[in-house]
Amino acid sequence: MSGAVLPDIQMVRHWLAQVPDPEIPVISLTDLGIIRDVEWQDDTLVVTVTPTYSGCPATSVINLDIEAALRAKGIQKLRLERQLSPPWTTDWITAEGREKLRAYGIAPPVDGTAADGRLAGRIARLAGTSNLVIACPRCGSTKTEKVSQFGSTPCKASYRCTDCLEPFDYFKCI
Amino acid sequence: MPSLTDVMTADADLARAPGIRTMAAKGAAPEDAFVDWLCRMGDNCLVLGHRVSEWCGHSPVLEEDIALANTALDLIGQTQLWLGLAGEVEGKGRTADNLAYLRDAAQFRNVLLVERPNGDFGQTLMRQFLFDAWHMEMLRALQASSDKRVAEIAAKAAKEVAYHLERSADLVIRLGDGTEESRTRMQKALNVLWPYTGELFLGDAVDQATAEAGIAPAPASLKAAWDRTVAEVLAEATLVKPEGTFQHKGGKQGRHTEALGFILADMQFLQRAYPGGTW
Repeated sequence: MSGAVLPDIQMVRHWLAQVPDPEIPVISLTDLGIIRDVEWQDDTLVVTVTPTYSGCPATSVINLDIEAALRAKGIQKLRLERQLSPPWTTDWITAEGREKLRAYGIAPPVDGTAADGRLAGRIARLAGTSNLVIACPRCGSTKTEKVSQFGSTPCKASYRCTDCLEPFDYFKCI
Repeated sequence: MPSLTDVMTADADLARAPGIRTMAAKGAAPEDAFVDWLCRMGDNCLVLGHRVSEWCGHSPVLEEDIALANTALDLIGQTQLWLGLAGEVEGKGRTADNLAYLRDAAQFRNVLLVERPNGDFGQTLMRQFLFDAWHMEMLRALQASSDKRVAEIAAKAAKEVAYHLERSADLVIRLGDGTEESRTRMQKALNVLWPYTGELFLGDAVDQATAEAGIAPAPASLKAAWDRTVAEVLAEATLVKPEGTFQHKGGKQGRHTEALGFILADMQFLQRAYPGGTW
């Protein structure tokens, strides 16, 4: 791209906002909060991405999708960097992303409820129950129950609504 | 099963086992101990991840099948981080894949607990709980590691393992304090696995070197917190802690039960039969 004007960062971010998450295509990579940085280093575009879960198979697909999308916009020199710290948190999912999840049938994360692995003092309340009130993304009822702590992907848990009887995914907080 | 003489090896004999002689000797390069320690972290995740993945398509109910597969996925992801760093620190150009697929059993550094066969669903969950309770404490401590890379991996993994522990503790309680059949199976699982938990807290020269460098906590320092979690969960599950004090050891130094050989035969087949093969 020597001699040409490099696209500005806002424009690149706008392009990335149109790349869907491969597992939950209703939200984009920027909605998910995994694009940590975008910058030009000389004439090389460096995109810093953080993984959601360390074993999430979507991670490599996400990198391929980012590359394909930016190449299609004419970016020639491109480098993707993995950033582990600070670790990704669902707090970084945008407000818009949360609404898109709900409309798609996935209950968005309830901030501040991530598991911390500290069991002491609440073991009696642990068995088979959930201390979270998760609203059904279909009918809005809060009479819902946890079916399993893991759903169709590592980032989700399985719930069901006892009012409209629909099963649904809850995007769990980490 | 290993012979009795194998599993009852005294510490002095372990120190003479091939591969750890250099570690045990005074003045061993701290980098070697660091690589060995990273392989212990990575191999625990790799072997348990492989074991848990064996349930895929075979679990009692669909939700549990999915939960086990997701747990395995987290562990394999963490393996890539630990073994990736081991290869980096070692500096001989070995990748996480090289370490996972091209080492033989005696070079694996996982504790014997994680290679125990799956048994029934209860035994799988009990093994998971006993390991998760240790893993959580270890990752919590490692976030203060003097090595920034270790602290970063630990912070990432801790978020995932918190969910593993909540799930395995929940199910141990529900199945322990469940029907007569489920309680019997959970108690049996606990009795069978208990002698494999002591190794988690047993230190050697590698642990001493990494502890002195501030990289990792001394294994014994995690025991009190683990004891507390396990005692509380077992009490709620109406299960009884086994009486015996005999504990197996040797996995951390590469002396494994035959179970690991079968795992590796399955896991490494493709790279052994078609070296360098890629997707």
